[in-house]
Amino acid sequence: MRRFYIPQDTTALALGADAVATALCALGIEPIRNGSRGLFWLEPLLEIDSVAGRIGFGPVGAKDIKSILEALDSNPSEHPLFLGAVNEIPYLKSQQRLTYARAGLGDPVCLDTYRQLKGFIGLENALAMSPQQIVDEVAQSGLRGRGGAAFPAGIKWQTVLDAPANDTSSAPHKGQKYIVCNADEGDSGTFADRLVMEADPYQLIEGMAIAGLAVGATQGYIYLRSEYPVAYRLLNTAIQRAQQANLLGHNIAGSNKDFHLEVRLGAGAYICGEETSLLESLEGKRGMVRAKPPLPAIEGLFGQPTVVNNVLTLAAVSSILERGAAAYKNYGMGRSRGTLAIQLGGNIKRGGLIELAFGVTLREIIEEYGQGTYSGLPVRAIQVGGPLGAFLPEAQWDTPLDYEAFSAIGAMIGHGGIVVFDDSADMAAQARFAMEFCVAESCGKCTPCRIGAVRGVEVIDRILANENREENVILLHDLCDTMELGSLCAMGGLTPYPVRSALTHFPTDFNRR
Amino acid sequence: MHKKPIYKMPITEGSPLHSETIERLLTSYKIMPGGLLPLLHAIQSEIGYIPKTSVSSIARGLNLSRADVHGVISFYHDFKTQPVGRHRVQICRAEACQSMGSRQLEEHAHRTLAIDYHQTTADGQITLEPVYCLGNCACSPSVRIDDDVYARVDTQRFDTLIAALTSTQ
Ligand SMILES: Cc1cc2nc3c(=O)[nH]c(=O)nc-3n(C[C@H](O)[C@H](O)[C@H](O)COP(=O)(O)O)c2cc1C
Ligand code: FES
Repeated sequence: MRRFYIPQDTTALALGADAVATALCALGIEPIRNGSRGLFWLEPLLEIDSVAGRIGFGPVGAKDIKSILEALDSNPSEHPLFLGAVNEIPYLKSQQRLTYARAGLGDPVCLDTYRQLKGFIGLENALAMSPQQIVDEVAQSGLRGRGGAAFPAGIKWQTVLDAPANDTSSAPHKGQKYIVCNADEGDSGTFADRLVMEADPYQLIEGMAIAGLAVGATQGYIYLRSEYPVAYRLLNTAIQRAQQANLLGHNIAGSNKDFHLEVRLGAGAYICGEETSLLESLEGKRGMVRAKPPLPAIEGLFGQPTVVNNVLTLAAVSSILERGAAAYKNYGMGRSRGTLAIQLGGNIKRGGLIELAFGVTLREIIEEYGQGTYSGLPVRAIQVGGPLGAFLPEAQWDTPLDYEAFSAIGAMIGHGGIVVFDDSADMAAQARFAMEFCVAESCGKCTPCRIGAVRGVEVIDRILANENREENVILLHDLCDTMELGSLCAMGGLTPYPVRSALTHFPTDFNRR
Repeated sequence: MHKKPIYKMPITEGSPLHSETIERLLTSYKIMPGGLLPLLHAIQSEIGYIPKTSVSSIARGLNLSRADVHGVISFYHDFKTQPVGRHRVQICRAEACQSMGSRQLEEHAHRTLAIDYHQTTADGQITLEPVYCLGNCACSPSVRIDDDVYARVDTQRFDTLIAALTSTQ
């Protein structure tokens, strides 16, 4: 019997995957609802098992099902939506998939599928190691946090391992350490965390359990943004099944070790992606940023030593423990080791998830993978690293994706989101939006961010209205300096980056009488 | 969160039905560490919003001050203290969607629904809200209606989606 696959991730659903599934069911075919491969420009991507491996058709609508079924019985390659063997699609074939190796292969919440695809080997290995050995393995892999700040994961874990849990605090926090997964993924242009959670949630669960074993934490939380209802449902199902299979909870896999895991929903606040604000929110409070020190690794959730890591960081840990630190470290350049989950979005023909070793250039991503803009107009600017990332003009597109190379040009990779703008984009409007976003999302604790952003919008408006242009441009630069140097966290501290880059590289946009 | 949340029609503030719901939810959430956000989500998902009159019961139940509870409710964009429409329609305002024309889509939505953000249509059907990224940035512009996300929403597709909402009630 032929098996059919049609994804159930947010983007495939947003493009009509359920209607395709319904059309198949109406013909007596029950498709497997897999996760997406991340080739979003081909979604809904219908895959079918064949002697030659999995073949694909896409983007498929319900109306195409009849003709596809007919083609399958005669000559599939003649169907206009035929894509051939999915693994051979250049967009996918050329990637170096570690974290996304399993994405799209099967039902994301099926434990047997996960095991067949080498799942839980990392956890098994970790169960046979001492906490220090696990931390060493992560340190040796060179893994740096994927949430934006690129801090070495091994150092953070070592700090938590070495920090004694406070025994004087009250139950249930007494003597407890915590693993917190930052799944707030607030940056525009990012969906890598979402794809892990929707296409391969057990990988994250496994990574968190390994983190728990490494630092001696028996409780984990996934702080998930409320904008991701599909991920919420799939994560909860996966956690429940992992508990039933005794891979979470008491005495996991008969090891005498415990690890409990729970998903907590955010409530629509971008700042709660900042780790200290996130911890406040998990404690049930307003998401106000805390002053550091103390570091969360020493005094984190409920005052206890806490690992806060991004989804991708924790997911990478399961491959590192499965394949070994050296295998992971082999990928990458300089101090950026491993692979980067590049998220290509915005005005682009072929948007999607591209996992590659660090070092590829922006131009290669935009031209070879993206194939130019969706509108067909030339690319004008590229914003890398979310709403706090700089807008890069063409002269900078040959910069390799590497943390250090990006900071050398006043930009940042952040969480790896790449948003493309075509020729019609108004970069002054984008600069204004950056300030406006900061007004809307600042936690309000420090003045440079809270007030600075409000003033920023006003100054940009005056520049655009041609009021004392030169003085106001100087004022805007001054304001950016104040925000960058004086803000408590990177919300106010980085908002100047998109603003300044727009001013510097696209000055004519600010000069429209 | 359920797959299809039912944004229940508003019942009068402080009604006995509300206090029953809140007391029931309090019993299950007050033992949860950091349980205030999960509790507020649960209240909102059952009642549709967080009645102002519930603040003191929540405060009492969780051993917090009323100011604490109020502070949390007002900090987060998700929490509503007023009844909302039957459907929540969110338009993504973030950069990737802007690059694909979400600003025009916003204008169109305001004009055709005759409401601004955070307002509800006169028939009580639709509350319009901004959202900053739905993680669907490779196929922008994105719109979320209740718990479903829609991709590549141009003005025409928006009209079709809205028409489908109002016809099915
Ligand atoms: C305004 C702001 C928003 C942030 N949003 C996120 C986010 O959505 N997801 C994330 O993983 N990290 C985010 N971060 C970074 C976190 O503060 C923190 O560095 C990260 O969770 C640490 O995990 P990692 O070392 O694995 O990257 C944000 C930081 C700032 C300043
Ligand atoms: S920016 Fe709109 S979905 Fe991400």
